[in-house]
Amino acid sequence: MSTILEMKDIKKIFPGVVALDGVNLKAEEGKVLALLGENGAGKSTLMKILSGSYKPDGGEIHLYGKKEEIKGVNHAKTLGISIIYQELSISPNLSVAANIFALDEPTRFGFIDDKEMINRAKKLLEELEIDISPTMLAKELSISNQQMIEIAKALSKNPKIIIMDEPTSALSSKETKILFKIIRKLKSEGKSIIYISHRMEELFEITDSVTVLRDGKYIGTVETAQTTSEELIRMMVGREMDKVYPQKDFKYTKDEMLIELKNYNKKSFYSNINLHVRPGEILGLYGLMGSGRTEIAQGIFGILKKDSGEMYIHGKKVHVDNPFSAIEHKIAFVTEDRKNEGLVLSGSVYENVTMANIGKLLNKFGFIDNRKETMITEKHVESLRIKTPSIYQTINKLSGGNQQKIVLSKWFEIEPEILILDEPTRGIDVGAKFEIYKLMIELTKNGVGIVMISSELPEILNISDRLLVINNKSIVAELDPKATTQEEIMTFITGRGEVNESKN
Amino acid sequence: MNQRIKKITDNRLFKSYGGVLLALIGLMILFSTLSPYFLKTNNILTVLSQVSIIAILAFGMTFVLMIGEIDLSVGSIVALCGVVLGLMLSNGYNVFVSIIAVIAAGALAGLFNGFVSAKFRIPTFIVTVATLGIFRGVGYAFTDAKPIEIDHPVILFLGNSKLFNVIPVPVIVVVVLLIIAHVLLSKTKFGRQAKIAGGNKTAAEYVGVNTKRLQMKIFMITGVAAAISSILLAARLYSAQPNAATGYELDAIASAVLGGTSLSGGYGTVLGTFIGALIIGVINNGMNLIGMPYFYQQIIKGLIIIIAVYIDVKNKERMISK
Repeated sequence: MSTILEMKDIKKIFPGVVALDGVNLKAEEGKVLALLGENGAGKSTLMKILSGSYKPDGGEIHLYGKKEEIKGVNHAKTLGISIIYQELSISPNLSVAANIFALDEPTRFGFIDDKEMINRAKKLLEELEIDISPTMLAKELSISNQQMIEIAKALSKNPKIIIMDEPTSALSSKETKILFKIIRKLKSEGKSIIYISHRMEELFEITDSVTVLRDGKYIGTVETAQTTSEELIRMMVGREMDKVYPQKDFKYTKDEMLIELKNYNKKSFYSNINLHVRPGEILGLYGLMGSGRTEIAQGIFGILKKDSGEMYIHGKKVHVDNPFSAIEHKIAFVTEDRKNEGLVLSGSVYENVTMANIGKLLNKFGFIDNRKETMITEKHVESLRIKTPSIYQTINKLSGGNQQKIVLSKWFEIEPEILILDEPTRGIDVGAKFEIYKLMIELTKNGVGIVMISSELPEILNISDRLLVINNKSIVAELDPKATTQEEIMTFITGRGEVNESKN
Repeated sequence: MNQRIKKITDNRLFKSYGGVLLALIGLMILFSTLSPYFLKTNNILTVLSQVSIIAILAFGMTFVLMIGEIDLSVGSIVALCGVVLGLMLSNGYNVFVSIIAVIAAGALAGLFNGFVSAKFRIPTFIVTVATLGIFRGVGYAFTDAKPIEIDHPVILFLGNSKLFNVIPVPVIVVVVLLIIAHVLLSKTKFGRQAKIAGGNKTAAEYVGVNTKRLQMKIFMITGVAAAISSILLAARLYSAQPNAATGYELDAIASAVLGGTSLSGGYGTVLGTFIGALIIGVINNGMNLIGMPYFYQQIIKGLIIIIAVYIDVKNKERMISK
């Protein structure tokens, strides 16, 4: 076993910010190294230096025992470094094979050799045990299969060092298992893998050592087998975190129905949904990707308008046919895909914070009052501790956790009574997660009812007061999260359980 | 504290307009060294009044580009509205009734673009390429392709007179519209919704913005802008011509883009667009003054647009990466 890559004392300075300050990293042959740190800790910057997107301002990089200067993205590729980004870079109208070999297609007489390309793609997919036809169009694939294509694409270049940035954030648990199998295979071939993830269980399952960064500084490297998640969290956040989940010591604030759905139906999206939320209650919806959990939320919010069924808010029958009427009824919806559905990435912090309630900004002449807007925005930046250089900053540069806080601020501006959260902590780090849970509990104290969708079982078991299990577009069980187990929940998902009619 | 805020806003102003403003000043210095007449007050006012028609179209275009759409039919709407004006006047209608009819015609043409594209989900590029032909065709049909003389004193006053014998009336019209459009875009709920919808249509819909209705309203704005331009143009030409304003849509788009408006939506300012229109006006005027043949003017104008936008893009990248 030998060291393939060593990064020593890496520095990177952006105007006004020291992004990396003396960071070390060592990747070994046939090993998986986890890179751990909160958002903004410098993981992405470090990986961008390694993959040639950024040039370091100090430090040395040794590759295969030789000092090397990485001149650019293509140079990094020829050095055998391949990166799989969190964001998909699939061309939807090209075939799977064309996506895998994009810009690197096998050619014959200068023309793309389709037959050869398809054959090679087929072989690669078979090796990876991914059951996809190479001639399918990429847009016909599920998000998780598209992610698999990204991985195949990175491997097609036969790299020595593979960087995976949150590769499992779009994968189901079954697909995650397949990915881990692939990683183990790559390990046995002597490849070195740098694995970025916030999911602790995964780190313990698949990695050999963990390097922790905090605020651009190198904190340390530990052997995975000789550490605990508590120690890692401590290294990461720089303080004791006695609990990952804050306690909520009440079930609801009022024993009445805040919102109630009766026989809500939309053909081929959700069927026969009956649910209710009390003021101050957190209702968890658990289901796998494609189970219909997001569609139910979209139904409540009026995006996927129901075909039949009734909705009652405060006991009064209401009609929510579009987001506008949902907002009028004080329903807010934090979507799963914050980049495409929740935020204007090219817009500033203040524009994003105030966009759900622009009417509040208007002065008596009907014009936007910039002072009011600044005050409102600064209030949220302060109370939610949104880390941004200024409220004029365009938000594409902010970390996932800070972006999510902006989405929440946006909805706080309509003073919601019912808050739907679809995977509210996806892709954000432990510290920010804790803050979001605390915020949720704070809201429920004021009588807000929350519907939380999550595919992370530990999260949903710890945070929700009641739990609905979603499978095949309908509710298959109602459970008490304090009294159930992950195993029991999975029996309903795999379809072997019986429908539990218990009410509480 | 106050000073600090001022520093930030100054900086933001520079971010928004710095690049184009430098380009404009650079061109003005260049032409003033090449021609002694260039910086004369009279010539400056001539440039402003020549620019007015394109600038007004470009104000409307800024809104359309802001939501990530495009309107290629504005030149044809100008021609059609001019024809409406000519026909109304020559049939003895009151001049103010005629002006209202012209503006209504522009709004209606814009609404047609907006309605067809939003309702039937046809890309605005396609819809307005089609109406570019349709609107001009209607203009030809109304007039048998013949120009109609315009001699009404009110119209001629709007297009050709000078207030206090100094300031051309079209310049006043442009400045008034500049203020209205600027306030509409940057200080109203409508303008903010346009910016948000242009930046992310789904996110806008999820906070309750009716993007279809928004699109219809915005195309009506470009239609009205084209109608106002058509009045100034008819006065300038002393006639309504169904073949007038050919290709104006491209100058309007170029002005907006020079002024920093993003073709993909979500970013743009009316003031930037005005500076962009001035650049085009200065190039046209300056090259005329130095006696450059027309076809060379076309080539040089094209090249300057590419260079200016390139500088602006680079400038913005640099600002963003900081």
